[in-house]
Amino acid sequence: MTLTHIFIFAGLGLAGGRFYKTFSRGWLLFVASLLAVFWLQPASLVRTLPFLLPAASLGLAATIWALTLPEDYRGGREDRWAAGLLGGLILVVSAARYVEPVSSLLAVRPPGPEVAVGAVLLISLSAFIAYRLGRGPGVALNGAVLLIVLALVIFKSPPLAAGAGGFLRTLTGQDPGLASAFDFGWLGFSYIAFRLIHTLRDRASGRLPQVSLRDFVTYIVFFPALTAGPIDRVERFQPQLHTEFILGNEQLLAAGRRLVTGLFVKFVLADGLAFFALNATNAWQVHSPAWAWVLLTAFAFRIFFDFAGYTHIAIGLGLLFGILLPENFDRPYLKPNLTAFWNSWHMSLALWFRAYYFNPLTRWLRTRQVQVWLVILIGQLSTMALIGLWHGITWNFLAWGLWHGAGLFAHNLWMQFAKVRKCSLNTRLAQPLGVAATFAFVTLGWVWFALPAPEDARRMFGLLFGM
Amino acid sequence: MDSHNIPIPRLLLKATLLFVTLNLILSTFNLLPSLGRLTLYNWLLPGRQRLPYGDDPQRAYNLSLYNLEAMFASHELTQAPKAEDEYRVVVIGDSSVWGFLLENEDTLTAALNAAGLRAADGRQAVFYNLGHPTISLTKDLMILDFAMDYDPDLILWPVTLEAFPINKQTSSPLVQNNAPRVRRLIEEFDLALDLRHPDLVDADFWGRSLVGQRRNLADILRLQLYGFMWAATGIDVHIPEDVELRAVDLEPSEEYAGLLPPALPAEALAFDVLAAGVRRAAEVPVLIINEPTFVSEGANSDLRYSSFYPRWAYDAYRVLLQSESEEQAWDYVDLWQAADSQEFTNTPIHLTPQGTLQFANALIAILHDLFNLQP
Repeated sequence: MTLTHIFIFAGLGLAGGRFYKTFSRGWLLFVASLLAVFWLQPASLVRTLPFLLPAASLGLAATIWALTLPEDYRGGREDRWAAGLLGGLILVVSAARYVEPVSSLLAVRPPGPEVAVGAVLLISLSAFIAYRLGRGPGVALNGAVLLIVLALVIFKSPPLAAGAGGFLRTLTGQDPGLASAFDFGWLGFSYIAFRLIHTLRDRASGRLPQVSLRDFVTYIVFFPALTAGPIDRVERFQPQLHTEFILGNEQLLAAGRRLVTGLFVKFVLADGLAFFALNATNAWQVHSPAWAWVLLTAFAFRIFFDFAGYTHIAIGLGLLFGILLPENFDRPYLKPNLTAFWNSWHMSLALWFRAYYFNPLTRWLRTRQVQVWLVILIGQLSTMALIGLWHGITWNFLAWGLWHGAGLFAHNLWMQFAKVRKCSLNTRLAQPLGVAATFAFVTLGWVWFALPAPEDARRMFGLLFGM
Repeated sequence: MDSHNIPIPRLLLKATLLFVTLNLILSTFNLLPSLGRLTLYNWLLPGRQRLPYGDDPQRAYNLSLYNLEAMFASHELTQAPKAEDEYRVVVIGDSSVWGFLLENEDTLTAALNAAGLRAADGRQAVFYNLGHPTISLTKDLMILDFAMDYDPDLILWPVTLEAFPINKQTSSPLVQNNAPRVRRLIEEFDLALDLRHPDLVDADFWGRSLVGQRRNLADILRLQLYGFMWAATGIDVHIPEDVELRAVDLEPSEEYAGLLPPALPAEALAFDVLAAGVRRAAEVPVLIINEPTFVSEGANSDLRYSSFYPRWAYDAYRVLLQSESEEQAWDYVDLWQAADSQEFTNTPIHLTPQGTLQFANALIAILHDLFNLQP
């Protein structure tokens, strides 16, 4: 999201905030979210992709909604209106190609009507098939999870994304030899995929509430949280669409505080630190350990301010529309141990993995009579490895995840050791020492995150420790 | 106060008033020079060895800006008052002095410093690079004027014909964006430049406001932030791997700055700006140097020395500069052939490290003869 996007979203919130008695906030958010998916999508060198990827996001949302409907669900007028609007707006966005000032708002000129009509028909067909399958065995739900994970793997893996880009280039008559992983800039898909998997898993376990198409799609592509989360839960999100809301002083001030904080943290602090935060280029240009630590520490704060800033902005924008999004950060660099750090860093992602991967996995391992320490080791290493790979399927993100998995396991061992031996540090010392040690561990871990090549990371660790 | 009771209109009114007040203050009192002096350089970060300039800021960790105060504040020259045992030499000029396509350790001043010259009284000569990669004697004069605050003992002023034409004096963005300073120099030294030249940019009331000056303020901030990478890496220039070399085969044209042979009228050249520089330096000696230039042996080299200069114009310029120097009793030396032709890089005045060394060695001999600076 750029400053322009943020100010326009905030303006929309302010303009609409006092008039929800005369029109529906739910429909406003639905339409705004549908349009924002196209507006926020960045450009791609593959023709039509900046149109097709947002359409695919909406298509996936509609399809998974149909798949997760309760068996006794009978669609009503609202769903028909929502379906009509969804298809209609895709066609309207496509028609913007003929209206120059409007089409210039998008990253690239939308494709012709035949592509848009094809996309709408495809979405309708897949939603219909999903609707029929959803009434069948649960295998369809698991199949959908696998398909979403597969799409995520392709999108997150540079060689696979380049391959997919090459395939799409062939379809559009472009040179596949020029394909790269950057062709596939699918805005917000990491978050969309995890929201969709959450609904599929909750449907399988019978926990998913009944949600209309309008509310479901709004939840999946809610524009304040589209680009950088947080990953909300549908049962928490949906009721907020139906509570009475008028933007009063209290909400306005709360939203204003979050927006101003977010803008400062993201666009002043994070973007300022970006000038000298560690990256693959400057890692080879710096030669003194002291400066290597400065660059690495700058990266640690830059990534925190960047992400936390966007979260403030998302929450602030959400508040303007009467939606309280979950917090994602809680002063993570002030936590005295790694477990506490991960309870306060990208909290919505960590909670997601806990709910849908760690807990089921460790439960399953326990039923197999696996020793407790091994359950913890497998659970923490694999969870953190997957969290790493969620950022991108490359070796460095895997290494970053394993670094944290090993750290969490070590902390767990230490806790058990300390409990058994009843040993504890002086509490006045333990807190600052713990904070310092945790910060140092997390900061060193950012070397893996910041530097994609193993050789870069190896050199940087050597430089940091004067070797 | 309970947030229910906070009157939003009053809050917005206060914020607006504060914003308007800030804008008015900045518009009324020109605070940009003072803000430019606020710097992280020379205390938290090491001073830069050359004035800020960058075509590719993200790779060079350097950027071009127009605030002379900020530019000088980031330079090592302003780090501390001159030491008692320092013989301070400032070197002004164009991109060949600044060191275009050269690392810091390969510039002219670096070569001169490496020679370890000492003045007759034993003081160590320290050369400061105050070159700036735009060509205009007026720009040089502006920098010289500023540098006089830092107590130089000697000023070296390498020049080339391109810096002389009257109609090119205001083409440097640094000149254009420092209109009040340039006007003061025009008036003070009675220069043959138009005070109301359209190139000279005058910010109006709104242009001087916080909103109008946002780009300049951002540049000052970015200069500080790039300073961290400058300090960490010592990099202040990005040198592309592939550089297109200066043309060897030349166009069969003898036109220069709208003039045709045989006459290069002295009044078309800004000798008055040179004279102003020498006057501004007052007691401080100024050595004017005709810097090395590329001499082609390719196609049409019978007509031109290089893509910059037709032979007739450059020859006439050398004669004019020599005679003007003699007439005005300036310290002048012509080093136009001090570097081999193969040592020029992308333009007829940019030198390789080896070419720079050749130029520096020739200059060192002159400095020895004229100013008794010796190793």
